[in-house]
Amino acid sequence: MTELAKKTENRGPIESAGGRQQTLGEFMGSWWDRIRAGDLGSLPIIIGLIVIVAIFGYLSDGIFFKPRNFVNLLLQMSGITAIATGVVFVLLIAEIDLSTAFVGAVGSVTMTLLLREGDANWPWWAAVGAAMLVTTLIGLLHGLIITRAGVPSFVVTLAGLLAWSGVVLILTTQYSQAGTIVIQNPVVKGVANSFLPAFWGWFVCVAVVLGYAATEFYQRAVKARQNLAVKPIQISLLQIIGLALITGAAVWYANTDRGVPVSIMIALVFLFFWLFIATRTRFGRYVYAVGGNPEAARRAGINVNSIRIACFMISSFMAGIGGIILASRLGSVSTNTGGGNLLLNSIAAAVIGGTSLFGGSGRVTSALLGALVIASVENGMGLMGWNSGVKFVVNGLVLLAAVLVDAYSRRSRASSGIA
Amino acid sequence: MDNQPVLELKGVSKNFGAVQALYNVDFTCRSGEVMALVGDNGAGKSTLIKGIAGIYKLDAGEVFFEGKKVNITSPRDTADLGIEVVYQDLALADNLDVVANMFLGREKMTAGILLNESEMEQEALKTLDSLSVTTIRSVRQAVAGLSGGQRQAIAVAKAVMWNSKLVILDEPTAALGVAQTRQVLDLVRRLADRGLAVVIISHNLHDIFEVADRITCLRLGQKVAEFIPSETTQQEVVHAITAGELDTVPGMVG
Ligand SMILES: Nc1ncnc2c1ncn2[C@@H]1O[C@H](COP(=O)(O)OP(=O)(O)OP(=O)(O)O)[C@@H](O)[C@H]1O
Ligand SMILES: [Mg+2]
Repeated sequence: MTELAKKTENRGPIESAGGRQQTLGEFMGSWWDRIRAGDLGSLPIIIGLIVIVAIFGYLSDGIFFKPRNFVNLLLQMSGITAIATGVVFVLLIAEIDLSTAFVGAVGSVTMTLLLREGDANWPWWAAVGAAMLVTTLIGLLHGLIITRAGVPSFVVTLAGLLAWSGVVLILTTQYSQAGTIVIQNPVVKGVANSFLPAFWGWFVCVAVVLGYAATEFYQRAVKARQNLAVKPIQISLLQIIGLALITGAAVWYANTDRGVPVSIMIALVFLFFWLFIATRTRFGRYVYAVGGNPEAARRAGINVNSIRIACFMISSFMAGIGGIILASRLGSVSTNTGGGNLLLNSIAAAVIGGTSLFGGSGRVTSALLGALVIASVENGMGLMGWNSGVKFVVNGLVLLAAVLVDAYSRRSRASSGIA
Repeated sequence: MDNQPVLELKGVSKNFGAVQALYNVDFTCRSGEVMALVGDNGAGKSTLIKGIAGIYKLDAGEVFFEGKKVNITSPRDTADLGIEVVYQDLALADNLDVVANMFLGREKMTAGILLNESEMEQEALKTLDSLSVTTIRSVRQAVAGLSGGQRQAIAVAKAVMWNSKLVILDEPTAALGVAQTRQVLDLVRRLADRGLAVVIISHNLHDIFEVADRITCLRLGQKVAEFIPSETTQQEVVHAITAGELDTVPGMVG
């Protein structure tokens, strides 16, 4: 034993990656290693997006690229972005929420009924608040049933899908013969029908880029001070410039038409809030841990069930936000609010954006990328005037492609010795 | 080396329905010592440490930690006492990086709500360094990409980072090759040399004779013998494992 102890003494110090900046070559090398190992990140979606945009740009003789259509696209994707943001959280813990579309509808119907002039006539903020409370509580209910009874979320939220669509039907037909209730409140109507003035569009753009750059450089400074590995400065600069170019181009282009829609700003504010929660807080860390290995999370003293319940609440909360945005866009709620392919689109958006159906992997921003893809396809097919049969088929194929990419990258991760 | 055991179990029992997994087992371990726990498959080794860890509730018997009687009912209690367990299946979250895994459940925060990533990274590096874990390229890589030995090293490092007094390892070398087993055994020895109490479960008597200071042998849920490696032979231990004398004939109790 003493021999053993001696043997262990003359070992070198740990070769940590700390204490210096990686070179660009090393960074690119490890990035390429990850791609080859099946960790594709946002690569498939960016390629997919370029293909889709090119196809519809070509088929529509360039109408797809017009500023007017770009702003329409932003309007179209706002609701899906919001709902998909919540879906990301349930997917991260390897669960599913099939009820989001109708939960959102329950929210928007609740809000609309409370706003009715000559009836409840609540102020807009109270009606919106009540709607959000209702949807969040629905998420709590789902979460409690799933964790307490140990029933798969698939089944519970499928039951939710049916039941909440029934509630929408009951409420809308109760208060209107035709089953359609118009939203009269100007604030709520304005959500999806107003636009940032050009100046404020630019203001937001500059603020976002500066904010990102400041955080990036602050973190670099902290890491450097503590002697930890820092990524190459070129990569940081490239990311900041890339962000500036993309947001700048988007704002500029939107401003040549009506401007940046308020609805997409609302969706983005929530998206960045949840991105922050997922990446910078303890709760976010636990969400990923529960998705990656629930047993490890449990042994680490994490209350796995409350994390799961919270994720279902986030999903329903964001469904409520999405439901209100969508209702505002239509200016009314009706018997088929929440129907159609909204549910599938919002789940597809999260998956297409790169959130794995198998749990534990994906980013909140995938909701944005995925919603952009889905809305582009919807928008393009609308421009082409394709009938709904064709639309359904195409939607199905897009979703299938996303799931296949997910399964492929998971499998190659496994076979390359990872996982 | 002080004589008072860090952990002492007196007459603990555990049933799973009709299965008597543990019966009237006494068990002790001391600071600076590696205590090996051996026994055939199903002898009750994992059950014993899960009882210590608060994963299972023991049906009977007493647990003393540093001389004081304690009542462990959850994994949190164990951690609060300074007992860390590295399970057979490691329980690492593959999708998280090395740092996140090492701090899982005990993250360092700034301003109350923000994860303090750089401080955690630094401490993780320091701990790995102090254990001479040299093969991990970056602590920011996902655990999924690590080899069995590296994962084991992470799990052990995670266990010793918290000023723990007792570290329990369930079959830490079962899935490892020769070189990686070597690394883990070195690591185990280093823990004890630092003054920790270490409990190691293994089926490999060769490894145990190399690293352990004492050996407790379980058979069919009962403690049948305790050995000091320098005063016994592998044959004797094997005999105890397979044919050690039982107090009670299983099936006649409970
Ligand atoms: N959760 C459980 N439910 C029912 N029986 C169990 C449970 N856990 C263990 N047992 C039983 O208790 C006995 C002891 O099991 P234990 O896992 O402690 O054995 P072990 O010594 O760790 O074996 P191995 O060397 O195979 O890991 C076995 O008969 C096993 O079948
Ligand atoms: Mg075992």
